Amino acid sequence: MEKYFIDDYDVAVIGAGHAGVEAALASARLGVKTALFTISLDAIANMPCNPSIGGTAKGHLVREIDALGGQMGKSADKCFIQSRMLNRGKGPAVHSLRVQADRVKYHEYMKKVCEDQKNLDIKQAEVAEIIAENGAVKGIVTALGACYNVKKVIVATGTYLKGVIHVGEVSYESGPDATLPARYLSASLESIGVKLRRFKTGTPSRVHKRSIDFSRLERQDGDEDIQPFSFETPREGLENIVSCYVAYTNEETHRVIKENIHRSPLYSGRIHGVGPRYCPSIEDKIMRFTERPRHQLFIEPMGLTTDEYYLQGMSSSLPEDVQLKFLRTIKGLENVEVMRNAYAIEYDCCDPQDLRHTLEFKNISGLYGAGQFNGTSGYEEAAAQGLIAGINAALSVLGREQITLPRSSSYIGTLIDDLVIKGCSDPYRMMTGRSEYRLLLRQDNADERLTPIGHEIGLISDERYEAFLKKWEQINAEIERIKKKTVSPTPELNAMLESRGTAPVSTGIRLSELIKRPQISYEDTAPFDDERKPLPYEVCEQVGLRIEYDGYIARQLMEVEHVRKLEEKKLPADIDYKDIEGLSLEAIEKLNKVRPENIGQAGRISGVSPADVSVLVIWLSKQRGSAQK
Amino acid sequence: MQENTIAAISTPRAAGGISMIRISGENALGIADMLFKPISRKEKPSEMDGYTCAYGRVFSKDGEELDDCILTVFRAPRSYTGEDAAEISCHGGIFITERVLRAVYDCGAVPAGAGEFTKRAFLNGKLSLTQAEAVMDIISAEGKAFYRRAANVKDGALFKSIKACSDKLLGLLGELDAWVDYPDEDIPEVSPENMNTVLAETLYEIRKISAGYDNTRILKSGIDTVIAGKPNVGKSTLMNLLAGTEKSIVTDIPGTTRDIVEESVRLGDIVLRLSDTAGLRETEDIVEGAGIEKARRRLETADLIIAVFDNSAALNDDDMRLIESCKSLSGVKVIACINKSDKNSVIDKNIIINSFDNVIEISAEMGDGKDLLQDVLYKLFVTDSNIYNDISVNERQKQCLDNAGKCIEEAMTAISSGTTLDAINIILDEAQNYLLELTGERASEAVINEVFSHFCVGK
Repeated sequence: MEKYFIDDYDVAVIGAGHAGVEAALASARLGVKTALFTISLDAIANMPCNPSIGGTAKGHLVREIDALGGQMGKSADKCFIQSRMLNRGKGPAVHSLRVQADRVKYHEYMKKVCEDQKNLDIKQAEVAEIIAENGAVKGIVTALGACYNVKKVIVATGTYLKGVIHVGEVSYESGPDATLPARYLSASLESIGVKLRRFKTGTPSRVHKRSIDFSRLERQDGDEDIQPFSFETPREGLENIVSCYVAYTNEETHRVIKENIHRSPLYSGRIHGVGPRYCPSIEDKIMRFTERPRHQLFIEPMGLTTDEYYLQGMSSSLPEDVQLKFLRTIKGLENVEVMRNAYAIEYDCCDPQDLRHTLEFKNISGLYGAGQFNGTSGYEEAAAQGLIAGINAALSVLGREQITLPRSSSYIGTLIDDLVIKGCSDPYRMMTGRSEYRLLLRQDNADERLTPIGHEIGLISDERYEAFLKKWEQINAEIERIKKKTVSPTPELNAMLESRGTAPVSTGIRLSELIKRPQISYEDTAPFDDERKPLPYEVCEQVGLRIEYDGYIARQLMEVEHVRKLEEKKLPADIDYKDIEGLSLEAIEKLNKVRPENIGQAGRISGVSPADVSVLVIWLSKQRGSAQK
Repeated sequence: MQENTIAAISTPRAAGGISMIRISGENALGIADMLFKPISRKEKPSEMDGYTCAYGRVFSKDGEELDDCILTVFRAPRSYTGEDAAEISCHGGIFITERVLRAVYDCGAVPAGAGEFTKRAFLNGKLSLTQAEAVMDIISAEGKAFYRRAANVKDGALFKSIKACSDKLLGLLGELDAWVDYPDEDIPEVSPENMNTVLAETLYEIRKISAGYDNTRILKSGIDTVIAGKPNVGKSTLMNLLAGTEKSIVTDIPGTTRDIVEESVRLGDIVLRLSDTAGLRETEDIVEGAGIEKARRRLETADLIIAVFDNSAALNDDDMRLIESCKSLSGVKVIACINKSDKNSVIDKNIIINSFDNVIEISAEMGDGKDLLQDVLYKLFVTDSNIYNDISVNERQKQCLDNAGKCIEEAMTAISSGTTLDAINIILDEAQNYLLELTGERASEAVINEVFSHFCVGK
């Protein structure tokens, strides 16, 4: 093949899914010359699976992406057709925003955002080769032979990398949603020292609206009071356009699946990739949880300009005829007409333990990974990593220090720390349970945690930063005031307290004490507070939460401090853990692979026991002792 | 890196049939080569396989023959410490054993610190934290009873009980997480009532384990025993009978003993920490008065009171006060001792028998009744409290358990006051962390694995 030189770029992003788009935009926005390569321009920011953004913990990620200056939240606010805050009533830490997006509109909107972005060129091409010399990235070559000199490469290949689709007994090479797979890049990655492995995921059928009997389904509407993802989107003028529906599998559905399970490539052993534990196919659910009489599924519109509906919860790799047969056992889907069948897709991905917290490969300078390529699953997880990889590639080009986010700062930081330190053996999905700092990492305070960092990086404008500072000034001032303000035990106050099922007061009481009672909110106390000034919604929300959860927040901050101390104990980068006597063999192997930067990280590696940690601590103090001598 | 090879006498430093010297570390076998000449086989210790032994002679560095002995070789990691190790079993006797140990030091070993073998075993991953702590306790245990209980922990009894509590909590946290992280799934709501039930059960278990601490302490440091009675009833004589030496000043003048005298004595498996108190009587003597006040306070903090009465005298006001005091104390075990059984009985025994569960008759002066006392002690502290099956807990472990218990209580209070589950969750995480600290696992990973193994979730 003839190779020819085309251009120079600072940063090349391979793949224009949710990770690639964030990476390219962040890099270009930091003033770095960036190219975004995609196999198909028509698949930019495509949602080949669920047409939804957010959800538990994922909604937190989108808010954090926005707080750092990323794009996903803004685009979702423009393209959603139904919005719900999940887990209302379970406490503010686990409130999670989830929207149903118009899939086509979202793609078009994101494509246009990229097109409009200064410093960003979009190129439809299959990257076939990454050139690295002396452990550093030099350039890329497309499948047509076009060569680009680049300083940094971000691999965000999603499920395209050596993608193989399985439907029943049939398998074929393919990317998601009938796109071409990336056929050559795997070999090139391996040749420069990237170890690859194989994961798989699946997607359910899309069916025609007219074939669904909605009268037999439970309807699920969006919230009346819609909250946007982006801290910059005004709360006014947001509306739900569509409804979603709930249906259930039954014994008959399960019988059909069980009878045909031998025709599944998963059970016959043809799929070698490891699938996600949290997102099992319907046949997986039925075989693993045999005692469950039914499973829930959600029937969701794919957009406003199409009659395609998505069947959330019914991903499958069974043959097409079996799919049709079991779908038609479901109440409301008796006459269902399938437009796209469900499939499983296998793809190549890296081992994230080979990455640093910056998402740069430990062994190849200038090479970054993001998204499903790093072993995760989900658009939001992908976008979060894309943003961090894009920021770091650009900062590195600019000669600035790269960023890493601690676990206590964000779900993004938790996600990356989990990947890099613990690794993953199946596609990783974010959950609130993964964070030990849940009460600090709420979706409502993502700006407080990350916007100053976003501003310092250069992705948050001065104007937005000023507004942010003003908001938090107001919040802090109001909290101070409420902590000092005393109210009298009037009959009106006691009537309100009793109506909420909480004890009346006989003496004057601080407002903050009343708000700390779980039954009483900040708003409830307004009529009794003669100095209360009208404040914006976001300010009131924070004041209430801060006071109500004061004790719990303080508790979590203590834990943060405890971990910070462990993370201050730095481990040298160049030690061979074999030389430290007393470590278990497993610990030696894991420590040499992960190469933690500090004791805190070392303790989070699975296979490194508390006993191993104490050996490291003793060893470190010995080192210090002999250094002093 | 454990650079030193350490050695110590691993058997009690007392005259006995056999004593054992343990050498552990990189150079353990090299040192053994220098001082041991095999008779039963040709190979030097450093050429022997692990788990083999040789009969031979042990020499000092200067070549003086010290003793004949059996040497056992252990090869890393298959030894107690996980390092190369040699154990020399020589003839007992403090003098010979000390000389052999001296020879080991002369060949390059350094004295092992307290618990250092166990520390190395722990650092080399041979013991879990709870096991290591139990072994430390074995080392410091005074009585055999405690040793038996400590051995019980090493086999994992404590570990298993804590694990059962932590599993229960983990199940609850898993349910909570699944319910929170999969709001769209058919996952049953975690109701405050259900949570409270599980938490109350867990709290009960944790408290039970923690309570084991007090029994443990009694066996480990001895039973805190007060000998009480009116002046000249024979308290000091009884104490001296138990201790076997004259500790208290014994005279016939009432009020001779003014201070609390402390002495540890062993009765079979049981160690008593004795206080001979000043006799309890109304007095105007200021010095004696202070002693009596102290003695009264001691009664309240003791584990065991031996209330002594005089067989040869009628019960007086002082006796009655003592009987009332003993009845009013809760949680203190009392043995009534009718002393001077060799003399004519004047005392109204029925009052004593009706007032106390455990009554014995002795004659301290004649040396009679030690066996009777021991039997009652066994009944009270060993058989009745079923102590051998109890779970042993040390100070640090108790701290962790109590903290976990406090968190659970706090969570239960918060649940009933209507606090949201996200906040409850973090208190329970904290409780779980305390328990996992004891079992050596970690919380968040464990919880996540729980979610996946027990719930059918996903889109």
